[in-house]
Amino acid sequence: MPTSEDYEGQVPAWCPGCGNFQILSTIKQALVELGIEPWEVLLVSGIGQAGKLPHYIKCHTFNGLHGRTLPVATAAKLANHSLHVIAVAGDGDCYAEGGNHFLHAIRRSPNISLFVHNNQIYGLTKGQASPTSAKGTHTPAQPFGYLAHPFNPLSLAISQECSFVARGFAGDQEHLKELMKAAITHRGFSLLDILQPCVTFNKINTFKWYRERVYKLDDDYDPYNQIKAFEKALEWEDKIPNGIFYKKDKETLEEMVPTIHETPLVRKKFSFEDVKHEIEKFY
Amino acid sequence: MSRIRGGHNFYQVRFSDRKVLASKEIVDILLALDLNTIEIHKNSVKEEGFILYDSESMKKKFEGAQFIDIPFRKIAFDVGKNSVMANTVATGSVLGLLDLGLDVLNDILKMTFRGKGEEIIEKNIACAEAGYNYAHSNCPRCEAFGIPEPDGKKLLLIDGVQAIGMGALVSGCKFYSAYPMSPSTGILNYLASRAEEYGLVIEQAEDEISAINMTIGASFAGVRAMTGSSGGGFALMVEGLSLAGITETPLVVAEMQRPGPATGLPTRTEQGDLLFVLYAGHGEFPRVIFEPGTPEQAFYLTNKAFELSEKYQIPVFIQSDQYLGESEWTFENFDFERLVYNDYRVREKDLEGVEEYKRYKYSDTGVSPLAVPGEAGKHLVVADSDEHDEEGHIIEDSETRIKMVQKRLLKKLPLIKKEIEAPLLYGDPSPEIVLVGHGSTYGVIKEIVDIYSKDRKIAMMHFSQIYPLPEQDGFDYIEFLKNAGLVISIENNASGQFAKFIRAETGFEFTHQILKYDGRPFTIENLKEEVDAYL
Ligand SMILES: Cc1ncc(C[n+]2csc(CCOP(=O)(O)OP(=O)(O)O)c2C)c(N)n1
Ligand code: SF4
Ligand SMILES: [Mg+2]
Repeated sequence: MPTSEDYEGQVPAWCPGCGNFQILSTIKQALVELGIEPWEVLLVSGIGQAGKLPHYIKCHTFNGLHGRTLPVATAAKLANHSLHVIAVAGDGDCYAEGGNHFLHAIRRSPNISLFVHNNQIYGLTKGQASPTSAKGTHTPAQPFGYLAHPFNPLSLAISQECSFVARGFAGDQEHLKELMKAAITHRGFSLLDILQPCVTFNKINTFKWYRERVYKLDDDYDPYNQIKAFEKALEWEDKIPNGIFYKKDKETLEEMVPTIHETPLVRKKFSFEDVKHEIEKFY
Repeated sequence: MSRIRGGHNFYQVRFSDRKVLASKEIVDILLALDLNTIEIHKNSVKEEGFILYDSESMKKKFEGAQFIDIPFRKIAFDVGKNSVMANTVATGSVLGLLDLGLDVLNDILKMTFRGKGEEIIEKNIACAEAGYNYAHSNCPRCEAFGIPEPDGKKLLLIDGVQAIGMGALVSGCKFYSAYPMSPSTGILNYLASRAEEYGLVIEQAEDEISAINMTIGASFAGVRAMTGSSGGGFALMVEGLSLAGITETPLVVAEMQRPGPATGLPTRTEQGDLLFVLYAGHGEFPRVIFEPGTPEQAFYLTNKAFELSEKYQIPVFIQSDQYLGESEWTFENFDFERLVYNDYRVREKDLEGVEEYKRYKYSDTGVSPLAVPGEAGKHLVVADSDEHDEEGHIIEDSETRIKMVQKRLLKKLPLIKKEIEAPLLYGDPSPEIVLVGHGSTYGVIKEIVDIYSKDRKIAMMHFSQIYPLPEQDGFDYIEFLKNAGLVISIENNASGQFAKFIRAETGFEFTHQILKYDGRPFTIENLKEEVDAYL
């Protein structure tokens, strides 16, 4: 059985008090409690404060480009579906630079989890607006305040029948851990948007701001009701619901590709014998 | 020829009892299925040649000895009870003109319509025969062709994109991701059509950025993988190329050129992306570029691309163009004995006794062990697009940075260079005239050399393994060029990119260049005219 020491990585280079610390320790706990060994997990990340997370944990890691986590994670899963693949991204990373991939990963539905550290700001590049920043947010790059309507990842995902849609809060680790475990064990593409205070650049959406607003979805809430889920996902501002908003049982991408049903692609042996007769088709 | 739906479309067939390597401007027979074809191509028909057409369906009659009016539609309707078979009648009539018999066409018709039932096959065969007989008995001077009996030997018929696709398949490629773009789409279609039989995974990505990142993801996870596009799509992939560079992930990219800038001439051809592919990607990392001259070279070079990309953990390009990609050539055989397959990835048993696996371990060759995540026992594989230490974790310090640049780039480069073969020489061994080309101009230059070689000391120097340039200690190709009286560089672009590249790498300056940038390939006639001007 793995212990949290097995997952101990490098010392994080985050600001003291950053919400990322809670997310990091919660991921480790979730993996330990699920009994998943470090060599069974692949973390794929992009660039940003969130993107650095895999260095602070110990498992297989692909820390790729800003915005491009999902294509890498999807293909790695297709290549070896015996790995637990978790994509870790920032809100800018996933909803701006990688927005197109986000949309299409939902549609493909590989059996991977996506954890978005949503701090409603660009942390690494020092405080520009992100797609989830509130309208009117003033930053050094938004001279007239942020003019775009905030992006709602949950309602978008629900509208596209994303297989699993949830939101958690870095300040409630117990709840977050349960959501992470549910996402990792869910069969299909799971989105977990995580409210993560950036104590340095986001002076609006602080721990206190979130604490005053977040509440958990009721125990009798039915995540299989798409319309209800959509309604819940639109709630924001005064009250912010957290929990599993929506679930849809469907075939995963890997299950739909017949060539990898029996053996993961990576374990298929190659020999010239198997392909030699291909040339005959051209005579 | 064009693969896009709608608009004017044409296909040129050239055959001979000796090897045919290029297209010609002037043809013997023009088979016109619409009026537009006659208007566009009638000046490309030999004076004593033929234009086959159907005056009734075109509603226009042509006078002149070249024109043979054959009622394709009417024959199709009378014989096959359906005018859609007019093209079968037309094909039969060309064979009738050439007196080549119908056996081969009948076999093709049986294959093509096998899903449509006996009746359709029989009607098509009858239509072909009717067209054949009509042309045969209405051809005024067909004896002139005097085509010898074919010897019946079966030949391979394959185009460039299929050869690249098959080259990937026989190299153990199991993952291909791309976004459709002419003229690279043929590779996607070919591999997709083979997915079930050979157990491949093919993913049509949402864009080219995704395509290259998926390819890198699959390769990182331990599977041989490839992506492909044309210039515009490859432009979107460029950051991903650099990612493959720093993460040292094996990557094969097919870059099929068409004339730019931007959308350019989407269905035409050009060699306009050489310098782009050479310099694409921010930062410094090694790469290899191959540009095959024939589908056969494309097949072997794609195999070599997979070998080198995994051996050195680098991106390797198969660069080609619309012309080679979509031209079908015949060959006697491809020799599978020449193919290479070495599995350079390491797994649990290869790591026995290894205390701590390090993805980017320093080594004399710069190559570090490439472990497969999840298949390497308890060892962990960490790859990073940030500069990193031996384990793969982010660093900032200059000492590690220097060591990593040396490992990744400087130590590998001379080893890679040793793998590259010398350019191909054809013709006179000590020539007065050397025609230099790269990639798809191979065939046309070779035919020109054959034409002149009767009374001149002439040779072709052809580069298909372009970057890095081969070492000069075995065959000093630059000295060879310096010793020739007249050296002409021939390129299918406007700025002489290959000549610039050679000058930058070797200092050798081409004083004479023949450049073609109308979006069409060189034909034997137009290249000969240009070379003639120098003689
Ligand atoms: C192609 C590209 N564009 C821009 C950047 C610069 N950049 C790095 S991270 C980032 C945004 C970070 O915001 P977010 O994704 O929300 O992550 P956070 O730092 O807030 O966790 C930007 C713009 C980059 N690395 N690559
Ligand atoms: S800038 Fe914000 S997100 Fe980044 S480490 Fe500091 S507090 Fe965390
Ligand atoms: Mg952010």
